Amino acid sequence: MTSLGWWGVPLAVLGGAIRVSTPFLFVSLGECITERSGRINLGLEGILVMGAMTGYALSYATGNPWLGVLAAAGAGAVLGVLHGLLCSLPRVNDIAIGIGLMLFGTGFAFFLGKPYVQPKAPMLPSIPLGGWSSSPQIQAALQVNPLFIIGLALAIALAWAFRNTRWGLVVRMVGDSSDAARAMGYGVSAVRTLATAAGGMLAGIGGSFLSLYYPGSWSEGLSSGQGLMAVALVIFARWRPLSCFYAALLFGGAGALGPALQSVGVTGGYYLFNAAPYVVTLAIMIVTCSPRRNLSGAPGELSINR
Amino acid sequence: MTRLQLRHAAEALAIPVGALLAAMVVFGLFMAALRQSPLEVYTLIYRGGFASAFAWQNTLARAAPLVLTALCVALPAQAGLMVIGGEGALVLGGLAAAVAGHQLAVAGAGPLAMKTMMAAAAMLIGAAWIVLAGALRHYRGVNETISSLLLTYIGIAVFNQLVEGPLRDPASLNKPSTTPIGEANMLGHLPGLDVHWGLGFGVIVCLVLYVVVRHTTFGFALRIVGGNARAARLAGLPVGRLILLACALGGAGAGLAGMVEVAAVHGNANASLIAGYGYGGILVAFIARQNPIAIVPVAVLVGGIAASGGMLQRRLDLPDATVLVLQGVAFMLILASEALYGRLKIFRPARA
Repeated sequence: MTSLGWWGVPLAVLGGAIRVSTPFLFVSLGECITERSGRINLGLEGILVMGAMTGYALSYATGNPWLGVLAAAGAGAVLGVLHGLLCSLPRVNDIAIGIGLMLFGTGFAFFLGKPYVQPKAPMLPSIPLGGWSSSPQIQAALQVNPLFIIGLALAIALAWAFRNTRWGLVVRMVGDSSDAARAMGYGVSAVRTLATAAGGMLAGIGGSFLSLYYPGSWSEGLSSGQGLMAVALVIFARWRPLSCFYAALLFGGAGALGPALQSVGVTGGYYLFNAAPYVVTLAIMIVTCSPRRNLSGAPGELSINR
Repeated sequence: MTRLQLRHAAEALAIPVGALLAAMVVFGLFMAALRQSPLEVYTLIYRGGFASAFAWQNTLARAAPLVLTALCVALPAQAGLMVIGGEGALVLGGLAAAVAGHQLAVAGAGPLAMKTMMAAAAMLIGAAWIVLAGALRHYRGVNETISSLLLTYIGIAVFNQLVEGPLRDPASLNKPSTTPIGEANMLGHLPGLDVHWGLGFGVIVCLVLYVVVRHTTFGFALRIVGGNARAARLAGLPVGRLILLACALGGAGAGLAGMVEVAAVHGNANASLIAGYGYGGILVAFIARQNPIAIVPVAVLVGGIAASGGMLQRRLDLPDATVLVLQGVAFMLILASEALYGRLKIFRPARA
């Protein structure tokens, strides 16, 4: 069998979902931690771009893409701490700081990343899970990146940790009632800053996936709002890490629809199909949100609930 | 003005200016760390943005759309909404203006009627786009910051689809564009200046809206909704209508920015419209602390910094994103300076 014809579309969407979803997965897990602590970080878009640039630069400089991923995580954590500390100041709005971080992070990454637009950095390897099949389409669809598997493991671990560990409980308490946390003697700002740093770290890793695996290069147009869509994705997933995983797959599939249709010759409406993830995000938010009640599972201190 | 009001005004001026100066110091240190002389960088920014007639012309041409897109942030902000989707309203407004302009040119309308209709079409589309975000917020509880940015991405996709598809002028080969509106129908320059009318529109609109927001019942109601929507509802104010109206006015501003870019700069709608003025407007509105009258000088400042980017690139071989870094640092510090209001001793009245 050489050609799957129209059957190639769902297959390509599946493969694309696995490929495209990884940055969504990391950013949404990061945002999930941050939002569970009661803050929103809209700046993950900027952190994502910064992580992509840092990862690419370090991979190019050292020849080891995994060092790039590590550096991206570090850069993300630093920006996360910045967001966390600024929001700890009185009367400073976390959404506004997030918008600021979005503009600052992308601008800073474009500035530092200028010399890395041309050179080719070593890419992350992939695990061929489709070796059992003789069909090249199936093989291509099942080229899985290790980060995807790490992300899945992380989602499971986070779901368990929120339920069963001491720090999981502390983060949730700070997010649900800062008064209760204060009464228990926990520093609300400190916990939130750490949670934002952890979220930034994961978003940085998500960014390094963009530059080091798929699409696999560094340019100024690399991210197209994945960081921001992840914020909506967390709302859709009702702040549950495992649901974040499924939601990321859904978003990845929506993102892969345009290229998949193009590969079988549907070229009209190219831009519109590429906008599918945004439409899906918006539709999901319209369906899940309600003006009358808070969303079930929403952290009580979250500013979008007030 | 009472002494208390004077103190408040002084505080509202001193804190943002202080934050901007702090941003210049931080950015200067960053430049020094990269072995660039901060003094030289700032001299070049001054020369590229403000030192000559040519620089001013460039600066003001950039400030014009920024004034109008900043309104798209500042007006909904009065009602407590943080809308950041001005880019989408600008792009679609520009497209609507270009289409209306071409249709009217074919029908043989006079230049004045045509410009009026172009502006009306652009403002209508821009308003509708932002009202969508406001309505989703009011009727469905969807966070307007996220939805407006998603709408921007969708709007740009629609724009690209239309400009490269059904609305494309077959004569535009390399760069897909709509049919030109015609040289005679372009917006002229302000009398005595080499700056197009867009800036004039912006300044007039800002002045009017300042009066509306600060000195009319409507503006007062709007600010009550922004301060406490529940209290506003208890007071019997039509919260939903006020929110939608604020969004409509803001979106009309961004749409008008698109019309100005089409009618005064490009002559048709093409991808050059997607130049980030919508995002620049967010920065301007926040530095101006959502005050319509402060938007004008801030937009000129931000426009000047943006205009100097080319000179930094040519003279010091710095990346074109250098000015983005300066803008980003300034933005972060302005937001952080919010913590200082009411805390500085010199602005506090002496206790009796």
